[in-house]
Amino acid sequence: MALKTLLTQNKNSILQRWFNLIADTYPTGVSDFLKDNDRFTNPVGHTISQEINSLYDELLQDRVDSDKAAASLDNIIKIRAVQDFSPQEAISFVFLLKKAITDELGSELEKKQSFGEWLEFEPGIDKLASIAFDKYMESREKICELRVNEVRADREIAFRLLRLMGGKNGKHGEAVE
Amino acid sequence: MTDTTKKPEELLKLDYTPPKKGWMETPVDFKKGTYCYSAPQKHQEYLGLPYPRQWQPFDADWKLPENWKQIILEGMNDRLKKYRSFRLYMDICVRCGACADKCHFFIGTGDPKNMPVLRAELLRSVYRKYFTLGGKLFGKVGGARELTEDVLKEWYYYFYQCTECRRCSVFCPYGIDTCEITMMARDLLSLVGCNVGWVIEPASNCFRTGNHLGVPPHAFKDTLDFAIDEVEDLTGVKVEASVNRKGAELLFITPSADYFASPHWYTFLGYLMLFHEIGLDYTWSAYASEGGNFGLFHSAEMMKRLNAKMYAEAKRLGVKWILGGECGHMWRVVHQYMNTINGPADFLEEPVSPITGTKFENAKATKMVHICEFTADLIKNNKLKLDPSRNDHWKMTFHDSCNPARAMGLFEEPRYIIKNVCNNFYEMPENTIKEYTFCCGSGAGLGSDENLEMRLRGGLPRANAVKYVKEKHGVNLLTCICAIDRAVLPTLLQYWVPGVEVSGLHELVGNALVMKGEKERTTDMRGTPRKQEAK
Amino acid sequence: MNAVYLVFGIIIPYAALFIFVVGLVYRIVRWASSPVPFRIPTTCGQQKSLPWIKSKKIENPYNNAGVIGRMALEVLVFRSLLRNTKTELRRGIQKLVYKDSKLLWLGAFVFHWSLLIILLRHLRLFVEPVPAFVISLQRLDGLFQIMLPTLYITDILIVLALGYLLLRRMAGAQLRYISLFSDYFAVLLLLGIALSGIFMRYIFRVDLVSVKELALGVLSFHPSIPAAGIGLAFYVHLFLVCTLFAYFPFSKLVHMAGVFLSPTRNLANNSRMRRHINPWNYPVKVHTYQEWEDEFREHMKDAGLPLEKE
Repeated sequence: MALKTLLTQNKNSILQRWFNLIADTYPTGVSDFLKDNDRFTNPVGHTISQEINSLYDELLQDRVDSDKAAASLDNIIKIRAVQDFSPQEAISFVFLLKKAITDELGSELEKKQSFGEWLEFEPGIDKLASIAFDKYMESREKICELRVNEVRADREIAFRLLRLMGGKNGKHGEAVE
Repeated sequence: MTDTTKKPEELLKLDYTPPKKGWMETPVDFKKGTYCYSAPQKHQEYLGLPYPRQWQPFDADWKLPENWKQIILEGMNDRLKKYRSFRLYMDICVRCGACADKCHFFIGTGDPKNMPVLRAELLRSVYRKYFTLGGKLFGKVGGARELTEDVLKEWYYYFYQCTECRRCSVFCPYGIDTCEITMMARDLLSLVGCNVGWVIEPASNCFRTGNHLGVPPHAFKDTLDFAIDEVEDLTGVKVEASVNRKGAELLFITPSADYFASPHWYTFLGYLMLFHEIGLDYTWSAYASEGGNFGLFHSAEMMKRLNAKMYAEAKRLGVKWILGGECGHMWRVVHQYMNTINGPADFLEEPVSPITGTKFENAKATKMVHICEFTADLIKNNKLKLDPSRNDHWKMTFHDSCNPARAMGLFEEPRYIIKNVCNNFYEMPENTIKEYTFCCGSGAGLGSDENLEMRLRGGLPRANAVKYVKEKHGVNLLTCICAIDRAVLPTLLQYWVPGVEVSGLHELVGNALVMKGEKERTTDMRGTPRKQEAK
Repeated sequence: MNAVYLVFGIIIPYAALFIFVVGLVYRIVRWASSPVPFRIPTTCGQQKSLPWIKSKKIENPYNNAGVIGRMALEVLVFRSLLRNTKTELRRGIQKLVYKDSKLLWLGAFVFHWSLLIILLRHLRLFVEPVPAFVISLQRLDGLFQIMLPTLYITDILIVLALGYLLLRRMAGAQLRYISLFSDYFAVLLLLGIALSGIFMRYIFRVDLVSVKELALGVLSFHPSIPAAGIGLAFYVHLFLVCTLFAYFPFSKLVHMAGVFLSPTRNLANNSRMRRHINPWNYPVKVHTYQEWEDEFREHMKDAGLPLEKE
């Protein structure tokens, strides 16, 4: 359990590093802004910092609750799915946790005992990544659906207008058989 | 061993930080979902706009007129002479950064060019190059750059990524208003035939038929009759409403979406019920059948061309004054521009409420009153019988629309109405309402479906505050006094905060209004059953 | 040697002063010659409408008194910069965050006010006899009589404020991204002036009587280089000041004058009460009722809508 103790002890610095790595996926000049944790004036930065915190806690549990993790991932992915990212860029922030941990714990992990635990721990992160992919697809599908709905609403207006102007309409524009 | 532990890092050898180039060297990439299509040629032609042609932003060749650069620079020179705001705001920005994180598009996209200061610099850099000594002498060091096609494309992308909401202007120590700069840039773009479809098509429709949706008079009459029938089904009361009736006391003008789109429709029913109940002598007009003004999103001239119908029709019909419905940018035009561009309205009378006798002193020159001012006055004078429990199935919050908020200051009137027509009202956090309100992200002509991803980004800060009140108070309805809000927020909320619906304020008034001779109402206008009283 | 003093003590100051005055007047005239076609105040509070609704007379002024109040707050205390309120709802990993939103306001406020007080203190070099308010200001400013000569509070504050403004621009990626060369130049120039002034006062002492002789001579258009000689430090300081004066009208520093002309701040929100005139308002092509009825007449007739012409 040496690894989990390490991860718990170093939680803040690892999370900070993870957050900074994610912030660096945004264009130059923006990462500073994201670090400002105001919930209302900086929803992106706030959501990321909140949710990676709960994801991290989840990973430290003995069994990862996929529903809880999915909810956290959903909040981040929803944002990244509409921003200027390719699909892999959108979800790769999960893998950045590995980098944050190895950067932060570096030499500690190399110790034989920890390394074995690391091999057990790591698939948890991979699991998060695969959930993230599902969530990404859900978000993209939702966007498509919303767009179709908007087009459909426009079309309905156009049809109603056409019927109203068509002359051969019934009382309120409904088509006459 | 060591190698294996380092592996994840190697796997991730992705270059996340973009090349550290200055903003001047980063050209625009037109990615699907983040920009609006160009305006259809026929609509440009109908409005008589210069250089109508078929082209799209993602085309490499925009088919610009040969002397496009000269046209833009001459246009700039002309506008610098006509607008003090333009010249001043080109000169005095100190780049203090107070505005930088105030734009909803910046917050949602993380794109540095969406910081209001940089958005303005896109234009300012060209201004320096051609209109200032420093820029001419020092070039890039002086913050100046050549006007090239790439710059023009950048303008198109970013000035149609600003909703002219004026939030940044609130925070600027000199009051620099990016809206003014965006207006100038769009006006300049139009000189070389670069317009977006979602602005020009409604403008062209409005010019021809009188409204953005292109509803012709007979269809207008039909939809009104339809609404009257629906009110009767709902309440058992047959309301009257006339179209183009001369001699009416008031002319009522509202955005066309109210009588043709959803969820605006219920607000429209609310108006009909309210006016019937107080016995208002008013008429609709099929000619001035649009409150909104997409011309505002194009140029001052187009705004004036479309707005002219309001006074012209009021004069023709011989009404005393004009009452205006719920709409955001419509009120920007009516409140800050109409009397200047198309006044003086000396053929109208100073507005007095025929029901309460209240004089609307604040509208004595323009002679047009906001429906919220009108209704708040009715309620204050006990002219309405209201049963707020009929809205008990809603837990609501109120979204201040940008224009009534920051170009008018209409804050307490709608809140007073809300408090009288419903029992569960929760405000969003203070730094996201009133003058600090976040835009819906789709205003100023950006609300097209092809631009959805950008709209979702821009709408995030607003939706995020809604999410907060939903989690905290169980809010399930966002009410607002803007037709664009009502058109676009449902989509945005379905993505960001599923479970919150959108309504107009007078829909809630209609629900709560106890009408003489009405039958018992078991549902609200949407057909949602009323909440039963707890026993 | 005399020629060098002549250039730096007399010719350059005159040139700088000339450029400053002419340049600034030119700038203001140019702004003022562009009209304000529309009344576009940014409203930051409740409008004046119904008598029982309390309006915000300063944040959303409807008359000149309100506008004066608004402008005074804006110019004297930088009201708009005070709007950077932050919500404190921090949980979880709090360590990631630290940003005080009032710092920019504080830096700007301290800098501008220190500058003003320092400028006023300098009046004693240009006016004879020295006005009483300058003397009391000087006393107040030198309240901490720590050193000899008296250490002025504003001397310290202006350096601190400028240092902060410079660091702020360089340290944050966001601000660095939007900054231009001229932004650094302005701060550095001001910093140079402040530091050279301070050095001159506390380290390389100069002869104040001669300085005043020179200043009065220049201002009365009978310039002469004082025989006693002043000291090199003074000429460095003077040269930097001249640079600032000459640079001023061509730079963003003109915001000092421009802020008074900003239409989103200096206009009352009364456009529905009183008609605002646009001097270049011109007739435009509209779609008249007649044209409209002509197009839809048949349909309108069928729908039973009233017509002007049957």
